[in-house]
Amino acid sequence: MVDFGFGLSKSSAVRLDQVDLSLYRKLEVLEPGVRTCMSCGSCSATCTAGPWSGMSVRKVILNLQRGKDVSAMMQNCMLCGKCSMVCPRGINTRHLILSLCRIYGERK
Amino acid sequence: MDSRIILIIGGGVAGMEAARQLFLLGYQPVIVEKSDHLGGHVAGWHKLFPDMMSASSLIETMAGGLDGVTVYLKTTVATMNRLTSGFSVVLSNGTTLLCGAILMASGFRLFDASRKEEYGYGVYDHVITNSDLEHWFNTGEDDRIPENPSHIAFVHCVGSRDLKAGNPQCSKVCCMTAIKQAIEMKEKFPGSEVWCFYMDLRLFGKKYEDFYINAQRDHGVHFVRGRVSEVSEDIDGKVILKAEDTLAGHQVKLKADLLVLMAGMLCNEETPVLASMVRADVDSDGFMRSRDNIYRINESSRPGVFFAGACTGTKTVPETVAEARAAALDIHNYLVGNG
Ligand SMILES: Cc1cc2nc3c(=O)[nH]c(=O)nc-3n(C[C@H](O)[C@H](O)[C@H](O)COP(=O)(O)OP(=O)(O)OC[C@H]3O[C@@H](n4cnc5c(N)ncnc54)[C@H](O)[C@@H]3O)c2cc1C
Ligand code: SF4
Ligand code: SF4
Ligand code: SF4
Repeated sequence: MVDFGFGLSKSSAVRLDQVDLSLYRKLEVLEPGVRTCMSCGSCSATCTAGPWSGMSVRKVILNLQRGKDVSAMMQNCMLCGKCSMVCPRGINTRHLILSLCRIYGERK
Repeated sequence: MDSRIILIIGGGVAGMEAARQLFLLGYQPVIVEKSDHLGGHVAGWHKLFPDMMSASSLIETMAGGLDGVTVYLKTTVATMNRLTSGFSVVLSNGTTLLCGAILMASGFRLFDASRKEEYGYGVYDHVITNSDLEHWFNTGEDDRIPENPSHIAFVHCVGSRDLKAGNPQCSKVCCMTAIKQAIEMKEKFPGSEVWCFYMDLRLFGKKYEDFYINAQRDHGVHFVRGRVSEVSEDIDGKVILKAEDTLAGHQVKLKADLLVLMAGMLCNEETPVLASMVRADVDSDGFMRSRDNIYRINESSRPGVFFAGACTGTKTVPETVAEARAAALDIHNYLVGNG
């Protein structure tokens, strides 16, 4: 190989046609409301854990939809349920998080 | 029976325009309006997008076209009964009418913003609605609007797109109203910073996107993509908004001197009651149900009962006027047997 003096870095673009949606698919079954999230951010705006930990239900959902692991972020949730109270799509976000915990638990 | 009388319930732009057209077609329209003036909601607005036309001069022009039309103000419908041909109607003022057709033009009602308790309307000192702001543009009277606000916030989708508020629908006109009003506030208070908190910006109509571009380019209005989750008041009476800036991915707070809530449009609560008298149907969105929403918007499921304007869903003024004209023609065709 010719050394050009620089390397090619891997693209950071998410290949939507190749993402692993297995976690998200499992969550859809346990909490079908997840499909109706419109990314409004009400949950994250009101989240008790958000300001110090970065916890955000909106990000959890979006990351799952893009095939990413969200277990680290989820650990900061205090299950206080404030996010469920504000969701304009009426998603039971607290149940969503509990369901996700169950899915992660089964995987271990 | 005299089938040339047409009962029009509601004297907003829908009822007024339909009455004028029906009169020109040779009918005898009778407008029944429960308030003490014609023009409906538009009579309370200041300038209408997208042309920034004066709302009061539009209503004046439209009222000028009603010479010869019977108008009953402060009146509503007591009973309506279907006859073999036409309807027998008794009004709240005791008048009895035998009419050939009924046009429901009873419009919408503004979402009661105090029902979104987390926004503090009616509780905090500096929280108003889109409708209150139009009123202030017209009259200059509203103690809640401070002299020299440095930060003004607009919250979109109040009582719209919100299952918790009982209305999952988009009210359609309020994104445009917010941007129109944001520009008007910047013109009045050039030193202020104006913030719009939105989930999606829906500028769907002719020239609407121009307002968005002007708001950005000429007025420096700030747009934050996130729904405001709660509002509180500090000891100085300022309002503190909490939201997530979803594009940046972090929580934000704004201390504002004035908060304007974009209250949505719901069906006027009397409309279903009226409709039940002639057995017309209510749709799943709470508005009246047209025969379909593509080709027969002006027709109810019952012969002789027609709709125009915001009683079937959120509409702009030009849409309402166009529907009113279409309804007049539909009624004409129905009465001459072309229906
Ligand atoms: C804040 C705000 C700003 C807006 N600004 C614009 C704008 O700039 N440009 C634009 O194109 N659109 C605008 N719109 C939309 C506009 O207001 C509507 O398109 C218009 O009002 C619809 O007219 P309408 O006649 O169908 O209903 P309405 O205006 O609601 O009129 C209905 C009438 O029926 C009467 N009525 C109701 N029930 C009865 C009854 N039982 N008996 C007798 N009478 C009855 C009411 O008193 C009222 O007079 C705005 C809307 C809002 C909320
Ligand atoms: S339940 Fe968890 S995610 Fe929801 S507001 Fe409470 S801490 Fe935040
Ligand atoms: S509040 Fe509901 S709709 Fe909004 S981002 Fe959170 S989960 Fe999605
Ligand atoms: S028009 Fe805009 S502000 Fe009004 S309900 Fe729809 S998205 Fe919300």
